[in-house]
Amino acid sequence: MYNETVMDHFTNPRNVGVIEDADVVAETSSPGCGDITKIYLKIRDNRIADVKFQTLGCAAAIASSSMATELVKGKTLEEAWKLTRKDVADALGGLPEPKLHCSVLAEDAIRRAINQYRIDRGLAPW
Amino acid sequence: MNGSSAHKRQVYMDHAATTPTHPDVLAAMLPYFTQEFGNPSSLYSIGREVRRAVEGARMQVAAALGAAPGEIFFCAGGTEADNWALKGAVSAQRGRGSHIITTAIEHHAVLHTCEYLEKQGFRVTYLPVDRYGLVDPDAVADAICDDTILISVMMANNVVGTIEPVEAIGEIAHRHGILFHTDAVQAIGHVPIDVEKMHIDLLSLSAHKFYGPKGIGALFVRDGVAIERFIHGGAQEKGQRAGTEYTPGIIGLGAAIERACRDIEGHAARLRRLRDRLIDGVLRTVPHSTLNGHPALRLPGNASMSFAGIDGEALLLMLDAEGIYGSTGSACSSASGEPSYVLTAMGVPPRRAGASLRLTLGELNTDEDVDYVLDVLPGIVERLRAMSPRPA
Ligand SMILES: Cc1ncc(COP(=O)(O)O)c(C=O)c1O
Ligand code: FES
Repeated sequence: MYNETVMDHFTNPRNVGVIEDADVVAETSSPGCGDITKIYLKIRDNRIADVKFQTLGCAAAIASSSMATELVKGKTLEEAWKLTRKDVADALGGLPEPKLHCSVLAEDAIRRAINQYRIDRGLAPW
Repeated sequence: MNGSSAHKRQVYMDHAATTPTHPDVLAAMLPYFTQEFGNPSSLYSIGREVRRAVEGARMQVAAALGAAPGEIFFCAGGTEADNWALKGAVSAQRGRGSHIITTAIEHHAVLHTCEYLEKQGFRVTYLPVDRYGLVDPDAVADAICDDTILISVMMANNVVGTIEPVEAIGEIAHRHGILFHTDAVQAIGHVPIDVEKMHIDLLSLSAHKFYGPKGIGALFVRDGVAIERFIHGGAQEKGQRAGTEYTPGIIGLGAAIERACRDIEGHAARLRRLRDRLIDGVLRTVPHSTLNGHPALRLPGNASMSFAGIDGEALLLMLDAEGIYGSTGSACSSASGEPSYVLTAMGVPPRRAGASLRLTLGELNTDEDVDYVLDVLPGIVERLRAMSPRPA
């Protein structure tokens, strides 16, 4: 059902865990299945210096979080904001049709974190 | 079951999805593909020989149910038997009424057929179950209306293994003069069945659940009960289900059911011991784990459990990587990632239902298999919980 890249990111997820002194933490849950992704960001000079995630979800959700965190690491907030679920699914070499919605968790959690960071600093959310 | 030592260990614990055809069953079937290829409807001797074998298989199925051979109709499996029982019974009874009673936890073969019948103008009551998955016979009695024409309650549930009070429900149905169907697909070989004592009018079974081949099953239709024919054509199965018989399958079904029902108690006791070791071991070593279904009224091979804080599909795939084959709900829903409607009907909260695991033990399993699962499963749950923002 899943390709090798997805299985690799599922069985050996990158960036899984917690950042104790994160600058911002955000969480999102899927209205459909109730699965949850939590994102921790460490931000230096407008760049994502470190990122970690936790996911309670299916293999596609875990693999998407893993890939999405890889894609935004080191990026500016502007660049990270532009990350879409399609970018994540493409980087994973595709997800099965019924599992496409699972990749939205990572995108949504990262955007929430970025906006929360902006709000915390008195900036208007994007 | 284990692979050779050169390979990773393989533990098949999904016997409720399907079972391997037993070598003795296969041996009984094989001649009917080749030497004994005759058409049982032919008048010459090679046809007559096959006819005799088919009727022998019918006797084997009848004997397993306490039925008469003339009450057994071969068909393509459990799904077809359920479709035929429901559609056939309600069309034949249409003049008498249009209300059907079933339960929320039936297999899709029954539920989706009921939904179809609703579109055809029938009314269907889907009875709830308690937290153990049990149907209350009093609720069945209360649901009966003047126009109720059929009650369909499964003998044992495929997801949680709960064994339903079929005898009490059959008694109620007959007291009201209403036809009673039961889907016994999961029960054969695990629960002693007597269609007389249990007041059953229609019963579905499928060979691949008890070490017979796939694609063959039977419907028991009590003598005198009218149901509409299912497949129009030739005179096979008394014209009720036309088409040249799948003779090797029928022979396999007969051999498999005789084998499965020879020593139900002994077989069940062996499975129960392994199963209870598995359940006790998991519940003891994995925090926040719970048993789904009834503690005692359950199929002997069924270990259905939930693990808080993780997802069922992720758990299955991790187990798969370790050579352990189980399922979340039923095989039919394992691709969808949806929590099982059976668990939802039992009031298991959706998040926990998502992390459900159904391991169903069978003849292939040994104590070493149970040890292996007890070795591997707790670590996998722990790994997934370490990734989870809500680790129970
Ligand atoms: C309770 C129940 N009913 C019906 C079926 C369908 O049987 P079959 O696979 O033979 O169509 C199954 C199994 O898949 C089952 O578990
Ligand atoms: S099924 Fe919920 S995220 Fe995939």
